[in-house]
Amino acid sequence: MRFIDEFRRSDLAQKLIARIKQKALSPARFMEFCGGHTVAIFKFGIRQLLPPTIDMLSGPGCPVCVTDNSDLDKAIALAQLPDVIAATFGDMVKVPGSHSSLQKAKAEGADVRIVYSTMDALQIARENPSQSVVFIGIGFETTAPTIAASVLQAEQEKLDNYYVLSLHKLTPPVIKALLDSGEVKLDGIVCPGHVSTIIGSSPWEFVARDYGIACAVSGFEPIDILLSIEMLVSQVEDKAPKVDIAYRRSVRPDGNRRALELMDTVFEPCPARWRGIGPIPDSGLKLRREFERFDAELAFNVDPGPTYEPKGCICGHILRAVKTPMDCELFATLCTPEHPVGPCMVSSEGSCSAHYLYGAAYEP
Amino acid sequence: MSRKILLAHGSGGKLAHDLVEKGFLPAFRNPLLAKLDDSAVFEFKGRLAFTTDSYVVNPIFFRGGDIGKLAVCGTVNDLAMVGAMPLYLSLSFIIEEGLPQSDLEKVVDSARRAADEAGIQIITGDTKVVDRGSADKLFINTAGIGMVAEGVDISGWNAKPGDQVLLSGTIGDHGIAVLSQREGLTFSTELESDCAPLNNLVTEMLRASSQVHCLRDPTRGGLATSLNELARQSKVSIRIVEDKVPVREEVFAACEMLGFDPLYVANEGKLVAIVAAADAEQLLAVMHRNRYGRDAAIIGEVREEHPGRVVLKTKLGASRIIDMLVGDLLPRIC
Repeated sequence: MRFIDEFRRSDLAQKLIARIKQKALSPARFMEFCGGHTVAIFKFGIRQLLPPTIDMLSGPGCPVCVTDNSDLDKAIALAQLPDVIAATFGDMVKVPGSHSSLQKAKAEGADVRIVYSTMDALQIARENPSQSVVFIGIGFETTAPTIAASVLQAEQEKLDNYYVLSLHKLTPPVIKALLDSGEVKLDGIVCPGHVSTIIGSSPWEFVARDYGIACAVSGFEPIDILLSIEMLVSQVEDKAPKVDIAYRRSVRPDGNRRALELMDTVFEPCPARWRGIGPIPDSGLKLRREFERFDAELAFNVDPGPTYEPKGCICGHILRAVKTPMDCELFATLCTPEHPVGPCMVSSEGSCSAHYLYGAAYEP
Repeated sequence: MSRKILLAHGSGGKLAHDLVEKGFLPAFRNPLLAKLDDSAVFEFKGRLAFTTDSYVVNPIFFRGGDIGKLAVCGTVNDLAMVGAMPLYLSLSFIIEEGLPQSDLEKVVDSARRAADEAGIQIITGDTKVVDRGSADKLFINTAGIGMVAEGVDISGWNAKPGDQVLLSGTIGDHGIAVLSQREGLTFSTELESDCAPLNNLVTEMLRASSQVHCLRDPTRGGLATSLNELARQSKVSIRIVEDKVPVREEVFAACEMLGFDPLYVANEGKLVAIVAAADAEQLLAVMHRNRYGRDAAIIGEVREEHPGRVVLKTKLGASRIIDMLVGDLLPRIC
């Protein structure tokens, strides 16, 4: 398949690995921000191929995982309202909140529908005029423009039964928060590919400039990831941190202007709570005043009650990269993809799920 | 207006008789069924294989097949996977009231054609009609009986270190073909389900070699799940090579788009065979000559260490564990 096969070529991979091995003389610790990167790294066995000087950590780039329990509870409470249809992306339904999950709420009678695009949610709203459709909007800058587009479309069509629960999160502020905490010492970051397609590579410049940390934006195929690691190694060896792009077929320094405009028209930054990390200023997105009538939180005043964190679950630590799934007592015993305790085991982009499915503990 | 199945079609009365006499008997014509006694009676001497399955596929018509063909092929294949020669089949229909009769006729017709190809006779059956909403259009339950020839011993427990793993063709065709026609997820593809009876392929393989140790059709849960089952039953490990596993371009593309791994996507006309290394090449040649084994390949081998594990050598030369399918396949969110 074009645009995929070329980026999985074994001969190119071997060359990149040889170059990385040759260059990586001093020990370096890199973090891949994206859950999508974590999955690809495990799926293709990339960690095994890197020299022992390179240590790879998994970052917080999984939108389902970083959704705070209080927000999950809110989404579930909304779904449980009579005459509400909750529309959501697939990974969300299984994530356990404090008391329930969307999946359980559905089994108990709530109308929860999995959609593949925000436009599907609009279609549900058109077909069910006597009910309210609440789109559970999670995701980073990648998905936010599509949700903004759905709001604009709903306004144009005068659809008065479409609402958005905006749980969107912005990525540069969380990187800043992680670096400011000083908990994790990093030499380089594999920066998000899809997010940077929207926001561009320039929002990462502060990382190289202010923190002296190497940056390379990567795609999700093995060649992309190996190339980005090679770029990071070069920056570290040359002691010249900057922002490289290993994903030029998708990412430009300024990003996608049209998507950014859409996002900016509909949303404005707001404080947001991140699981395991806590509140971070200006790291969320809320609907602007002109679009308030689409805001599910304002339209339906739900009280989900007190929030509980699952006992023994260390997803919060894993998201901060201070622990790995292997450090968790529940991993693969009490917490499995079938019976997940925390979100990192549920989401297809979660660290625990990737470790579980692709057998990171296995030494060949 | 098209004729619909009514509750009365399942009542045992006049309409039900009409359905049997006009709908089922001519299609599945054979003397054992035609007697219409409460049970079919037949002579038998030897070892029997006996299996049952239910079919609830949605939608009931898909590119490359329908629920009728699927029910016959699925049951025939379960018999074939223990080396049995399929003989007789039962077919029970659970129909939602309001199903167009023409749909039922189409399903019955394709079940008949699949049975003819497999050389199996449908000798007993049943029809129930339930209220609208109590079933989704049409469910089919089957049972199958086959004969296991003297000396044939094929089982998931028989894999031995050193054996080779053969796969009869491309994986994921059925799952993606059906998924592409699901409501709310229509994407355009010419891909057809691989739904097919594999008993003739198995017969040819068993004729060529007495060293076929295990056979399995990787249906729900896909190739990965079948290999895990075999590794656990036989207490061996199985090592397969990613590059050797045939995957159609369309299936690969759909999987990339939906966030699936073809190793976990369902097949309905494929088999995995674990065979003695000495006979592997010869069996591969036999498979290539059958229309359902044209793309067959040797995809890996059985090893002694790490019993119960399935390991994949990735395109990059690294190794990773392949587990059974966990949960449902859900599309990724970003």
